Parts: sequence; C-alpha cells; structure tokens
Amino acid sequence: MTDMPDTTLTSHPSIDVPLEVDTDDAVDYYTPGAPISDTKAPDGPIDQRWSTRKFEARLVNPANRRKLSVIIVGTGLAGASAAATLGEAGYVVKSFCYQDSPRRAHSIAAQGGINAAKNYKEDGDSVHRLFYDTVKGGDYRSRESNVYRLAEVSTNIIDQCVAQGVPFAREYGGLLDNRSFGGVQVSRTFYARGQTGQQLLIGAYQALERQVHAGTVETFTRHEMLEVIVVDDGAGQSRARGIIARDMVTGEIQTHLADVVVLASGGYGNVFYLSTNAMGCNVTAAWRAHRKGAYMANPCYTQIHPTCIPVSGAHQSKLTLMSESLRNDGRIWVPKNKADCAKDPREIPEADRDYYLERIYPSFGNLVPRDIASRAAKYQCDDGRGVGPEVDGVRRGVYLDFADAIGRLGQEAVEEKYGNLFDMYARITGENPYEVPMRIYPAVHYVMGGLWVDYDLQSSIPGLFVTGEANFSDHGANRLGASALMQGLADGYFVLPHTIRDYLADGPFEKVEETHPAVVAARESVEKRIEHFLTVGGTRSVDSYHRELGHIMWEYCGMERTEDGLKKAIEEIRSLKDEFNRNLKVLGSADSLNQSLEKAGRVADFFELGELMCIDALNRRESCGGHFRAESQTDDGEALRHDDQYAYAAAWEFGGEGEKPILHKEDLVYTAIEMKQRSYK
Amino acid sequence: MKLTLKIWRQPDAATAGSMHTYDVDDVSGDMSFLEMLDVLNEQLNAKGEEPIAFDSDCREGICGMCGLMINGEAHGPVTTTTCQLHMRSFSDGDTITIEPWRSTAFPVVKDLVVDRGAFDRIIQQGGYISVNTGSAPEAHSVQVPKEAADRAFDVATCIGCGACVAACPNGSASLFMGAKITHLGELPQGQAERDSRVVNMVAQHDHEGFGGCTNIGECTAACPKEIPLDVISQLNRDLRTAIKHGH
Ligand SMILES: Cc1cc2nc3c(=O)[nH]c(=O)nc-3n(C[C@H](O)[C@H](O)[C@H](O)COP(=O)(O)OP(=O)(O)OC[C@H]3O[C@@H](n4cnc5c(N)ncnc54)[C@H](O)[C@@H]3O)c2cc1C
Ligand code: SF4
Ligand code: FES
Repeated sequence: MTDMPDTTLTSHPSIDVPLEVDTDDAVDYYTPGAPISDTKAPDGPIDQRWSTRKFEARLVNPANRRKLSVIIVGTGLAGASAAATLGEAGYVVKSFCYQDSPRRAHSIAAQGGINAAKNYKEDGDSVHRLFYDTVKGGDYRSRESNVYRLAEVSTNIIDQCVAQGVPFAREYGGLLDNRSFGGVQVSRTFYARGQTGQQLLIGAYQALERQVHAGTVETFTRHEMLEVIVVDDGAGQSRARGIIARDMVTGEIQTHLADVVVLASGGYGNVFYLSTNAMGCNVTAAWRAHRKGAYMANPCYTQIHPTCIPVSGAHQSKLTLMSESLRNDGRIWVPKNKADCAKDPREIPEADRDYYLERIYPSFGNLVPRDIASRAAKYQCDDGRGVGPEVDGVRRGVYLDFADAIGRLGQEAVEEKYGNLFDMYARITGENPYEVPMRIYPAVHYVMGGLWVDYDLQSSIPGLFVTGEANFSDHGANRLGASALMQGLADGYFVLPHTIRDYLADGPFEKVEETHPAVVAARESVEKRIEHFLTVGGTRSVDSYHRELGHIMWEYCGMERTEDGLKKAIEEIRSLKDEFNRNLKVLGSADSLNQSLEKAGRVADFFELGELMCIDALNRRESCGGHFRAESQTDDGEALRHDDQYAYAAAWEFGGEGEKPILHKEDLVYTAIEMKQRSYK
Repeated sequence: MKLTLKIWRQPDAATAGSMHTYDVDDVSGDMSFLEMLDVLNEQLNAKGEEPIAFDSDCREGICGMCGLMINGEAHGPVTTTTCQLHMRSFSDGDTITIEPWRSTAFPVVKDLVVDRGAFDRIIQQGGYISVNTGSAPEAHSVQVPKEAADRAFDVATCIGCGACVAACPNGSASLFMGAKITHLGELPQGQAERDSRVVNMVAQHDHEGFGGCTNIGECTAACPKEIPLDVISQLNRDLRTAIKHGH
C-alpha cells in the first residue's frame, strides 16, 4: 500500500492539551500493527477528487456485465439502492435479507429526514457547508474525502427519489419543503412527515422489485448470511467470492458464489440488547467478514439518542425513538429535590424544577447535540433526580414538557406539529402527553463504527465492499441527524456502482467450485456452529444472555466510559461468554424455522464485538463525539479531544481465535478544513 | 394480570396445526402484546417446550413484519399494528385466541408465521416508476400540487402487513393494491405507466389466489394505517380506463 495522498494545506491539530497520564490503557489487550491508509482517494483539490476517481475507475463493457455476478447482503437503503442500480446496469445480482420482504429493512424506521445540499431556501447552504457541518459534527474523526463526496452526491439523491415517486412534503406552490434538523442553521432536510425512512426505502424497494421483474436481480428473503467465502485466486491474492447463507424457513445451508460481495447489513446497536434498532439487527454479517480478514474500524463509536421512551420494566424488548424535533418546543427538566421525584409533575412548582440544559448551556439550551443532551440526562438520574417508574431501583427518565409550548402556540398548533409522536407516546406509555409531561431517556440509536473501507468502499478483503451503516466511513465519532439516510442512498445509488466497476473490470474471475477447500471449510464451520448451539443442552435462554450482555455494555461502554469500567466490562463479557458456551439452551431443530437458533448465532457474535468495542474505547483515552471518556474532560465537564494523539481511525484486525486483536491506525489528514474543539456553552 | 392464551401451533406448512392452551401470569399493562408472547416463550423454553414462532422486527409499527389474528381481529382490538398493541387493552382473567393470518395466498410457514411473498410479486408487476439511477431530472423541474402530494403520501403509508387480506372474507388484497395504484397514480411521475401498472398488478393478484373485492370494508377497518376504502374505487377506475385504452 502506498502512503496517504500528498496534501499541501494540512492544518495541524489546533488544540493540543497534553494528556495527564501518558499511557495506553489498552496496551495489554491488543497487538500493535502497521499503519494503514486509504490508497484510493485521488490527490488534489477536495472538490475534484470524486470526479477524478469516477473517471479513473475502469469501465466494464455492457456485454461483459451479464457475465459478472454480485451478491448484496442487505436490502435497506444502502443495499436495495445498490442492487437496483447494479441490476439496471446489467450485472447479475443476488440480494439477501433476513426479513420476509426486502421492504422491511430497518431503514424503514427512520423518521426525521434526509439531508441534501440543494440550497432551495437560499439560506447559504452549499456542498461545502454540508461537508463542513458533517466533519465538524463527526468531531473531526471522519475521512474528509469521503464526507466531501457524500455532500456532493446528496443533491442527486433527492432528484432520484422524486422521480421514483417518493412523496416528500411539499409547499402550497408544489415545490419541495425543507426543515432545519439536528441543530443545523440551514434548512436542508427533506422529509415525508415522520416517515422519511419508510418512503425512501419503499422507493428503493420498488426499484429493486422492478429489476427482479427485469430478471437482473434475484431476491433471497428469510435468508441469513452466516459466513463469507474468501478464496485465493491462484496469483496470491485472496478475494471474497461468495457467502454461506441459511434458508431460515427450511434450515438449508446454501452456498452462493459470485465475483464480488457487498455487505449492506446495517448497524450493530443491538449489542446493547435494548436499542431503537429492530429486533433482528445484528453484526453477524460484518463480524463473520471481520473474522475472515476485514478490519473493523472505530467499533466503540456509538450514538445515543436523547429522546426515547424510557424503559418500563424488565420485560422490555426494544426502545422507541421519538423524533428529536420534539426538543424544538419541549423543555427538559427534573425536580430539584429528590423527594419530588415520585410526585405528579404538575404539582411541582416552577421554583422546584431544574431545567438543567437551559441552565448549563444557556445559548443552545434544549437543542444541544445528542451526546450532550444524553449525558446530561444520565447525570441527573445517577444523581437520584430521575423520574418515572423505578426499574432495578433507579428512576431513569427526565421530563420533556410541552406546557409552555401549548400555552404559547395553543394545543392545536402543537398537535399539528407533533400529533403522531404524541399519539405514539400515549399508546406506549398509556399517558396523555398533552396533560402530563412526557418522560424521555437516552437509548442506543446508531453506530458510527463499522467495517473499515477505503474511498472505493472496499474493505481490507479484496472483493468485499461495505455500504451504509455497516461501514465506518462518513460520520466520524458522531453522526448528524438526517445524514444516515443520505449516506445509505449515496453509497448505493451513486458511489458503489462507480467504484465496484473498477474491481469488476478484472473479472469475471476464475470459476470457484463448491468443492473448493475454502468453500467446504466455510460451509462446515457454519454447520458446526449450528450443531453446537443446538447441543449445548444448558439451562439459560439466548435472550437472558443477550439481556445481560446488554447491561454490561450499557453500564460500562455506554454514555460514559472509564478505564476501570471498561476493564471490568471485558472481564465480565469474557466470563459471560464462557457460560453462554456451556449453559445455553436452544430447543427445536436445525431444519425448520427456529428463531432461538437464529438469535444464538447473533448473540455469539455480539459477545466478540462487545469485547472489541471495550478494547477500542479503552485505547481511545480522549472524548470525541459519541465517545466520552471520563478521564478526558474539561474542568466544567465538557468532552475533550486530543488531536495530538488520537486523530486516527482505529482499524482492528482479527488476531485469531482467543488471540489479541491487531490495531492498525489510519491517520486522519484534513486539507480542506481546520480542526476545532467543539463548544456549546 | 393472568391470562389464558389459545394459540395456533403448526410445525411447518406441510403438517396440520391445532390450537394449544397456555397460561401466563405477571402480565403488566405496559407490555406490548409481543412482549407478552416473549414472556410466554421464556416460560416454554424453561420447561423444555419449543417457543412459539411469530414475526416481528421493528416493534414500532412501521416495518409491517408483525401481524396476528387476535380474538378474530387482524392486529387485535385497537387500530394499530400487533407490536404496538399493549396489554392494557386486556383485563385480568381474559382468554385470548391467537392465530396466524388466514388466507390461501399467505400459506402458514410455522405457528403464527405466514408467507407474504405474494405482495412482493404483485409489486414486481408494476408497483414502481421506471427510472434508472442517474437519469432523473432536477427535483424541482416538476411541481406537484400539495393536495396530490398529501394524498399520495397518505396512501403510501401502507406497510404491507397483510391485515387487509386477513380481515377480508374474500381474502382480497385490493386495499394493498389500491394503495400503491393511488400513490403512484396521484403523481405526475406515475402517469406514463399508469395503464400497464394496474392491469399487470391485478393480473398477478388474481394469479396468486387472492379473492375479488365485494366492497365489504373489513380491510379498512383492520388497516393499522387507516388506508381509506376509496383507493379501491381508484383501482377499479384505473382498470376500466386501461381496458378502454386497449390494455
Ligand atoms: C428509529 C430510528 C430512526 C432513525 N432516523 C433517522 C433519520 O431521521 N435520518 C437519518 O438519516 N437516519 C436515521 N436513522 C439511521 C438510519 O435509519 C440507518 O442508519 C440506516 O437506515 C441504515 O441503513 P442500511 O441500509 O445501512 O441498513 P438497514 O436498513 O438496517 O438494513 C440492513 C439490511 O441487512 C440485512 N441483514 C443484516 N444482517 C444480515 C444477515 N446476516 N444476513 C442477511 N441479511 C442481513 C437486513 O435484512 C436488512 O435488509 C434512524 C435509525 C433508527 C433506528
Ligand atoms: S393496506 Fe393497510 S392492512 Fe393492507 S397491507 Fe397496507 S397497511 Fe396493511
Ligand atoms: S414489528 Fe414492525 S410493524 Fe410490528
């Protein structure tokens, strides 16, 4: 690999607060590896890199495309858009998802909207500003070339979706409406009421089904990918050449071979057990690839969303997000006195309420970024001033109060703006938020970490590409609202179809037989694992382990992380995993629909991921974006970055069964933007 | 609260199923219906009995994966999805009957899980606007009157759950299909393929074994997204127009 592209304007990290303790907390947990770099992004001015790459990426003759096959795992925005586009181009595409229809991928749940630098409001937006906001929002831990490209193609996404019939909100004149979202000062968020993700996904799904009709795409629903097949091509190059999947209805273990494999398998927030992700969201596809050589980058970067409905009891299976637009009008508070926590909030007088965000952050108030709002809520509850039901002896909730807004705007106006969210809240909690303040608490929502990819979205395994939330590329240490939908569709519609052709220009690759030793080994390892889960014969259910793992992760690798806590978490995860392997109880058989068996495989991978997340968090003794190390904060409790030591992406290589992972650092170089420390005071 | 559950169990599509009775205690009103089933499944697993298979994913009423017949009603007594139904809608001592969607076109896969692949195959026949990636004109080149955009949105909220089919005595998917026809038919972008879309989708619908619509209206009543019955009138109008145009 060559070095980072030559850059002229490099601005050196502006804040260099020396670390108090100059040690690597994770030193005993990993093996240092060689640095890596992204060799695919062209040099030159940032606004020309993508055009250059598109031009330099080799073309594939239309007649050859029919001879080239592509496997795409995932039918969310990132996967469905790629499958449709590559199908249209004439490649032979196989598309996989674990749900019963591609339309149900978890992208469907996104509410808020999708960003694009259209500047329809003439409010000073531009590609450069969207780029700038995204890098800054990511707390200077993303790769600038990738982010610039994302901002650049954002406008094409809206054109494409409108042409597909996505019913975005419109103004009376018939043109598209925009709103400002997530603390950004321009209106660049396109939306379809509170269901933007659904409408975008249906657009991509329909484009995908159109290609099924055209015969270029074949869909495999209720199929779970359980292994990636990596084959040596005879010239010393190993390449991803297929996957092993389980037909979840018949239990059949299938081998699917192709010229290239794309993972668009979404995020792994469910490692925390409770999250706003769907029940089936998992890390299995990504983790299996990791174990075969794909580096996992920044796994500890997790986004915790402040406005979720609190946990109501031990039975809780998932958490529900409410759009953070609620913070535009709702005021967040807790009682000043612990004695008031169990009282009816309406009986607590103004003077006894602590509007803590307005107090601590007078200029941003309730609109501080997600991580700050989340942490502040945690501190109030840890301090014993949380509200709502006691779960495990603690009240974990804060009020989000609309009484002022209703007084100021009238109930009707509030209903118009937030009616569907209020209804959802009422349905879940049984309380009427027009009368009693809502209760909210932070929940895991999104992971910025994911498989390492270069500018071409290719992982460290040649022929394995990764798109959407499953990769690490665009959001650094924190993602701005309405940017994940943008990234998923950018990757699938506009980036991957260009970069993948450069790889495929060398194909078709030599045919791989099902009897090839690498294929046989992959298949056998899947069969062995399934057999293992079904024969442990212990006493505890998969869910009970998952819940306990989630507790550990949330407690020690959640909103606030410390050296001691993380080390303790690693020990606890290891011993729980050990018990899981000896005492798991999975009933039913391998050759039928078996939901416990499916979960067992996912939880087994979550154990390994959880440990790596803790090691990554331990290594990064700085606070940045969603990652807050208690050891690295300013005197008044603000997150403190250390650009002198941590301006890198941590790319972890699997070190082997029971071996330490290997850390490769990719230096983050900024040529088009200057690194600054955030402040929201 | 304490409940008695009568649940359909069926090992696979080829084997006959039957109703089984289970008791669950300690159900709280804050649990969702599916969390109540999770609790039951934990109990079954502990006793060495295979847990009951049922579908769900988002558990927030948007993916359309869940869907049960609860006391004979698709998604149960409240206008919402099964995952968003909460146990406070039931009372201590109740007996609840739980069955899968029943329709020829939705064969049972196992227990409460059915195969709704027929919906995807209907969409494949024309439930889209043909526009290749990259060939779209600038988004503001076409204005869409707000009323049309709003109407398109309202009907585009269909989550493809299949409750309409399960509720319909004829097992018709007309509401599902009408929602898509209306969504795309309201928009200027959807006009070019309007005739072929309706003709081909309806042909696939009939081929899958869904029944015809006789205007009973049970579908709308069961629909968690309150898709209105008039989308079926729109479907029929479009079909007549297409036939007039010689399709
Ligand atoms: C509640 C919620 C609200 C959100 N709101 C917003 C918002 O307003 N704006 C925004 O920009 N972002 C939002 N996000 C984030 C955004 O929705 C996601 O990051 C994005 O949609 C992920 O898309 P994806 O295509 O990468 O993955 P997904 O949509 O999660 O798709 C993953 C796909 O992979 C498949 N898959 C996974 N594992 C396997 C396997 N082993 N085998 C086979 N198939 C597999 C699944 O079946 C699925 O098809 C929100 C997220 C949540 C949870
Ligand atoms: S029309 Fe309603 S009931 Fe039928 S599939 Fe759509 S959302 Fe479900
Ligand atoms: S589980 Fe997604 S709608 Fe019910």
